[in-house]
Amino acid sequence: MKLIYERSQEGRRASSLPPNDLPVPEIPEELRRDRPPRLPELAEPELVRHFTKISTRTFGIDTGFYPLGSCTMKHNPRVNERVVNLPGFRDLHPLQEEEGSQGALELMWRLQEILAEVAGLPAVSLQPAAGSQGELTGLMLMRAYFADRGEAETRRKIVIPDTAHGTNPASVTMGGYEVTPVKTDPRGNIDVEDLRTKVDEGTAGLMLTNPSTLGLFDESIEQITRIFHEAGALMYYDGANLNAVCGISRPGDMGFDIVHFNLHKTFSQPHGGGGPGGGPIAVRERLEPFLPVPAIVRDGEEAFRLDYDRPKTIGKVRGFCGPFGVFVRSYAYIRAYGPGLREMSEVAVLNANYMLARLKDAYELPFDRLCMHEFVLSARGLKREHGITALDVAKRLMDYDFHPPTIYFPLVVPEALMIEPTETEAKETLDEFVDAMLEIARDAAERPELLKEAPHNRPVGRVDEVKAAKRAVVRYLFEDHPDLSKEPASGRELEVQKGA
Amino acid sequence: MSFLSLTERDREEMLATIGVDSIEELFRDIPEGVRFDRELDLEPALSEQEIVAHLEELAAKNVDTGRELSFLGAGIYDHYVPAVVDTVLSRGELLTAYTPYQPEMSQGVLQAIFEYQTAVCELTGMDVSNASGYDGTTVAADACYVAKHVTGRSRVVVAETLNPQVRQVVKTYAPGFGLEVVEVPHRGGVTDPDELAAAARDAACVIFQQPNFFGCLEPAPDLAAAANDAGALPVAHVDPVSLGVLEAPGAYGCALAIGEGQAAGNYQSYGGPHYGFMAARSDYVRRMPGRIVGETTDVEGRRAYVLTLQTREQHIRREKATSNITTNQTLLALAGLVHLSWLGPQGLKEQGETCMALAAYAKERLDLPLAFPDQTTFKEFAIRVGRPAEDAIRAAREQGVHPGYALKRDYAGMEDALLVCVTEKRTRSDIDRLAEMLAA
Repeated sequence: MKLIYERSQEGRRASSLPPNDLPVPEIPEELRRDRPPRLPELAEPELVRHFTKISTRTFGIDTGFYPLGSCTMKHNPRVNERVVNLPGFRDLHPLQEEEGSQGALELMWRLQEILAEVAGLPAVSLQPAAGSQGELTGLMLMRAYFADRGEAETRRKIVIPDTAHGTNPASVTMGGYEVTPVKTDPRGNIDVEDLRTKVDEGTAGLMLTNPSTLGLFDESIEQITRIFHEAGALMYYDGANLNAVCGISRPGDMGFDIVHFNLHKTFSQPHGGGGPGGGPIAVRERLEPFLPVPAIVRDGEEAFRLDYDRPKTIGKVRGFCGPFGVFVRSYAYIRAYGPGLREMSEVAVLNANYMLARLKDAYELPFDRLCMHEFVLSARGLKREHGITALDVAKRLMDYDFHPPTIYFPLVVPEALMIEPTETEAKETLDEFVDAMLEIARDAAERPELLKEAPHNRPVGRVDEVKAAKRAVVRYLFEDHPDLSKEPASGRELEVQKGA
Repeated sequence: MSFLSLTERDREEMLATIGVDSIEELFRDIPEGVRFDRELDLEPALSEQEIVAHLEELAAKNVDTGRELSFLGAGIYDHYVPAVVDTVLSRGELLTAYTPYQPEMSQGVLQAIFEYQTAVCELTGMDVSNASGYDGTTVAADACYVAKHVTGRSRVVVAETLNPQVRQVVKTYAPGFGLEVVEVPHRGGVTDPDELAAAARDAACVIFQQPNFFGCLEPAPDLAAAANDAGALPVAHVDPVSLGVLEAPGAYGCALAIGEGQAAGNYQSYGGPHYGFMAARSDYVRRMPGRIVGETTDVEGRRAYVLTLQTREQHIRREKATSNITTNQTLLALAGLVHLSWLGPQGLKEQGETCMALAAYAKERLDLPLAFPDQTTFKEFAIRVGRPAEDAIRAAREQGVHPGYALKRDYAGMEDALLVCVTEKRTRSDIDRLAEMLAA
């Protein structure tokens, strides 16, 4: 398919603007643009066709089953798209006076109250733009909290299990901390003995996903909490997997001091091909003074306002109050469930366990336990016996019209396949996917080339990732654009871990 | 529940396959002490129709720019969003996909990101763009992180004419990065290149905004040169709408160009979600934060697109990553691409000229003292209303006009100053009405 720039013809355009008959002020020569940007030049019909074709070459939840582990690819209700486009939300300027934005403030305040209840923690800031930014904000809060207690210089370490998302250690470095890794025990929990040797007065906190990226609830959570709190350290809950435990177990009750939510996962903000997300955080009372400004507060019954008067605040992590449109969608989503959020999580866990039960004999299961909302299988056996990797399994699933699971993550499981069905799938869909996985396991023995050459029904076959990285052609170069098909293949395939 | 598909019979069959008697049993690994033993204290579930009614009621408590004649800008702008943007964004495939980890399933969105990166590079005159950052504030913090690693220096310089929220976000991130932030005050609404040159010594980067927060045109080439002379990376924070008429940062020596993309293709949406853009010279490609799509070929030599240069990223490099960003703002950036494709180069230029012409008309028509009379401005300008700005705002709003942003919120000595924004959506008669309000 052509790039939009390859469809362009000089002089074509889709836009019509109101005519301007006023004089245009002169721009000083050194600031004036002489060479126009080479933006696409198409009339509207071609423009619409181009992007329609772009969409048909993209696979979303609307297209089919998308069990991308750790990403919670659940159905996105369409009513949420209707309400977010109400002019009162869509066309509201963020610097509108408070009396002109009471509806927006009330919606955010209500969402804060809901998230506080789900987290089991009293204070919420909606500001962070995504889970990763929630993490970094949490680390900033730790820094401010310990600075306030005169311990900023001594508490330098953040403990992270080896199963953690890559965002956790990346956030730690950006937050000015150092990573202390901790091992996983044979049941898939944090190795508490290892942990005891790593937590001391130099520890600022823990970052933990619970259930973990293995899809397992950490059975030692109470001991872990005791270890950190006795050391005067804080506990950070990575909410990536909160979809397993809404209304069933609350991070605050587990002992966590700071929690982030992924509104695009648990509360169904559409993932948009990579975003937007939303990463609100909830904290314990002692951390509330440090939250970003503005806080959204209620004065009396009806009046809501933005409170900037927080002398100990860390400041701002994003513009205005955060990704408001995401709040509208997630608020609408939660209101559709009410206290029934518990059922949402129950069914997510039921679906995952059902698939696990049907798959665990054909693939290796590194930790033989019931799972939570997701589970991790290993294709290690297929690799050893038939030379078939997790990547091959993933690519072959495309032939069945399924999006593959997350692969090569978490790092502690070789040839990992991380499967998260979510609660919104029908049993027939789960069965069709499981049947495909079982057939693939059989084909690995009988017709391995079928897997090696997969996918067979996509616009492109497997792509040369090494060539992409080596050549680094990251924009269209017009008349100088290279023809990469004339350059030799790298002959090598990267098997990098992929996932949230 | 309408989003769940399992029937009672499904549930029983599934529990039997798992080998447990009840759903509760699936949660047996959760220690008793941390189980939640009551129902969530949330309001009862609503039907779809009730949700719409409830949210309509909340939306009606807001005064949006359709209900009030608005001259508010200051970082978020009421520009026209063409229908084709709505059309593309409502495509379910694009709306409900995630990060294109599996290129064979995702050639569409990968190609769209590649086209977006190209558009950002064309606008800014740069060599490489990422797939988007969170917004126009966080990309400035990202730029500081790049500059810290490129230069090994630990101070960043920001012009006081840089959007106050951007400065605040940079200051919030700085301690974690081990950076100190220095501000250079403005002189008559713009930054003095000599003063900036003095501050830039030993700095990792210098961030300035063009047009700046007051709407004034900075002597941007001189500011970039001052930074370059000091070995600091010049970073321009730019408005995409201005880049049909104003010079591209790449053409005047900037290392990085960043900005808030909202003005190109996104609704105001009370401040988000929007997209931040970030582009750089090719020297810095391996220090860029976030997703980048590259071109390659598939096994049969066909052109294909894929997430690339991933050894920069958190899922591989972990604590040594160039950034922690994962989920970005792809859908909003896609809206930006569609919008810019709709405009084309000529449309973008006309839009910029129309904004400038209308703003110039407004300056003249309002007949109030300009805060910075010597400066050329783009679509915003600061005026002195001769009374506390909030009084002027209140009075005008009672008549259905929002006259602009009170600059005293961020700048000392500007108690009576209003920042007025005029986009192509405002008409001459709208401006006449504003003039009457402010004269009253």
